[in-house]
This record gives sequence, C-alpha cells and structure tokens, in this order.
Amino acid sequence: MPEIIQNVLYLTTPGLYIQRDHLTFLIERDGTRLLSLPAHHIESICIMENEITLTHGAMQLALEHAIPIHYLDEHGRLRARVTAIPDTSVTLRRDHYRAADDPTRCLHIAQAIIAGKLHNCRNSLLRGARETSDPTAKDALQSTIDALARLIQNIPDTPDLDSLRGLEGAAAQAYFSAFNHLLKQQQDPFTFRTRSRYPPLDRINCLLSFLYALVRHDCISALTVAGLDPFVGFLHAERPNRPALALDLMEEFRPWLADRLAITLINRQQIQPHDFILHPGGAVELTPDARKTILKAYQERKRENLHHPVLDQQITIGRHFFVQARILARVLRGDLPQYLPHIPK
Amino acid sequence: MLILITYDVATTDEEGARRLRRIARACADYGIRVQKSVFECQLGPKEWVTLRARLLQEFNPDLDSLRFYYLDAEAAAKTEHHGTQKPLDLSEPLIL
Repeated sequence: MPEIIQNVLYLTTPGLYIQRDHLTFLIERDGTRLLSLPAHHIESICIMENEITLTHGAMQLALEHAIPIHYLDEHGRLRARVTAIPDTSVTLRRDHYRAADDPTRCLHIAQAIIAGKLHNCRNSLLRGARETSDPTAKDALQSTIDALARLIQNIPDTPDLDSLRGLEGAAAQAYFSAFNHLLKQQQDPFTFRTRSRYPPLDRINCLLSFLYALVRHDCISALTVAGLDPFVGFLHAERPNRPALALDLMEEFRPWLADRLAITLINRQQIQPHDFILHPGGAVELTPDARKTILKAYQERKRENLHHPVLDQQITIGRHFFVQARILARVLRGDLPQYLPHIPK
Repeated sequence: MLILITYDVATTDEEGARRLRRIARACADYGIRVQKSVFECQLGPKEWVTLRARLLQEFNPDLDSLRFYYLDAEAAAKTEHHGTQKPLDLSEPLIL
C-alpha cells in the first residue's frame, strides 16, 4: 500500500498545456502557469477534452512513473490509453488467461462478482427503506429487497454463465424498478424508466452513465496496476475494445459508489435539470460545469475512509479499487480459493 | 509521510546561487513550495531516500543549512495558513 496519497489528475478545460518541468508536470493555460505537480502524486491522468496539449516530455514523465494516461470522450467513455510497456509478472497474465479459458473458474469468479453486486444493491435498498416514511415506497422497496434475497440464494445453483447473466438481468430489473423510491427530491425530472446508453435518453441515465464511466476508469487503472489485463473478463464476454475485466470488477462498486452518489447529488440538488442538455432526437448530455461538479463529488467521495474487512483496516474508497484488483490477482494466482467482493456495511 | 524542508543557502557568490537553484529544484520535484525557502513534501520511503540524498549532495555543510521536519498526520492536520499564496493541497480533487 503506497503511503503517498496519490490522486487522479482530471483535465477538462480546453486550452490546457501540460509540459514536463524536471520531475513535475507544469500546467499552463494561455501562457499563464496554473500548477506544478510532482509526478509521484499522480496515479493516472484522465484527459476529457480535445483541445488539451500534453507534450511528449510530459508523456515521458508519466511513463517513467508508470502513470497511465487515459483519453475519454465527453461522456466519459474510454477512447485510448497510454501506458509504459508493462514490467509486471507475465506468469500472472498467463494465469489470468488460463482462468478465463476455463468455464468452471469463470463461473465461480462471476458468481462471486454477482453475489457482491446483488448484496450491495440490496443493502442500498434496505437503507432506502429505513430512511423513507412513505408506506408505498417502503412496501415497494421491501418486496424488491425480498426478491433480491431470493435471487442471491439462487446464485450458487446457476449451472453456467448464461443462466447467471439471466439471473443478473432479472435482479437489475427489480433493482432499477425500485430505484425511484430512493429519490427524496426532484423525483419528476429524474424518474428512472429504463436503462438507456449510447446515448443516454434521460437525465438519470445520463448521470449514471457518467458515474459508471468514472468507476470504469478507476477499475481499468487498478487492474493495470495489479498486473492484470483489463480486457479479459470472466462474467463479461470479450469483445474488441471492451474492458471486460474492468466491467466485471466495477459490478460490486456500482450500487454503493456510483448509484448512491447519483442519489445524493439529486437529493441534495447539487445536480438539477438545468445541468443537462437535451438534444433533438432524444440524446441527453451533461453541461461542462455539471461534469466538473460530478467529478469533484466523486473524487471527494473517494477520499473518504471505509473499513475493508479483508485487510481489517480503514482505507480510502479510492484505494478499494486497488485492493479488490489485488484480491482478484491472488485468486488467479491460486493464493486464494475464491474472489471476495467488497460489501460495505 | 509529510516532510517539511527548510533551507538557508549562502548566495554571496555565483557558486552559492547555483546551489540555491539546485536545492530549490530538488524540493520542487517532490513537493509544494509553501514559502520562499520552505517546502512541504508528501513522500513515500523511496522518494524520501532519493530526495534526501540529492539535497545532502547539493548543499555545502560549511556555508548552508538544511532542516527536515517529519510531520505525523496529527501535526499535518493542525497546520494553519494565513495570508497570501495558500499552497495547493495535493490530496484535494485535481480537476482542471
């Protein structure tokens, strides 16, 4: 566990110019010096805007410090990733690919991942049911909570990945059908009807998609740092350009990190209807200012401490990604019998 | 760990000015300048070994002085800043 607090550098403003100054990143805009950041503080760089210049020298500095550079589009989707040629153990990669080729091991890991996700969904709804005073909402939440409990019990009996994916689909539908009852403010503009992506067709999907993209970015970084290949998954099938393992790892983080943060942002009215641009044809996009608000809230949430049961210590939420990636690496090496998803209390 | 580095470099000659530049550069590579010859560096053991060796190599023990303060989390949290040039907190979200 590195002792230094490392941080993700998000670049979102057009016109930024980032160059190397010895061991620091020097960030300028219109010839004015904004910041000088020592490289060892940076865990990854996330470029979210086209009109940003990162000089070759700055890129070299990042690669020398094993800082991956991620290029994301305006929805937060990963477009490109620049990393140094990895020097991580090639035996771990081979173990990883062997496990991915073995349907039984795939199923075991995928079952653990889905169990983690559903437990976290259920806990989130339980919290919603505790906090609401509306009897209709309470009933709806309670019936979904019971349905999820039954589905969790059925996970070990799923014979193959397809039936597990079917179970997960049913669980997701139940969970999102109860999702609206978690909103205490602004229910009307943020009503959840159905999940839509590429492009999101309403505000809540737009907000969720952006948060998921941030979580996915952190999962890719954590898996890369752990020496795994983010593109070879267990639950998610491999497809060109799809970070399947990052999608696997993020499942357990969706309910308690991304969904909860979306609910908080809406309930505290930090995000409001005017933060979205509704395009003709139905696509919905966040305004640049709203993206910054969400990024700030997300980064601040990641700085909060949370107890990790395996390590039995308090670590920042941002470090939980790295710990979970390392637990997965230990499973693939054969040092641990089963993957242990993180289920916060 | 958080290390506070302060220095005095005798700049009466060209050689002293050079030492001052190089010591300031070494500190800037690893930390944040909080005052003219005061840097706060949040470092891991590896970085600290490198930086310390670099500083001890650059300074002239007969003419200059270096001070290293090792601050624990409690001491770091108790730090106050008043007035201009509030330094950047590198643990805050870095969104530009």
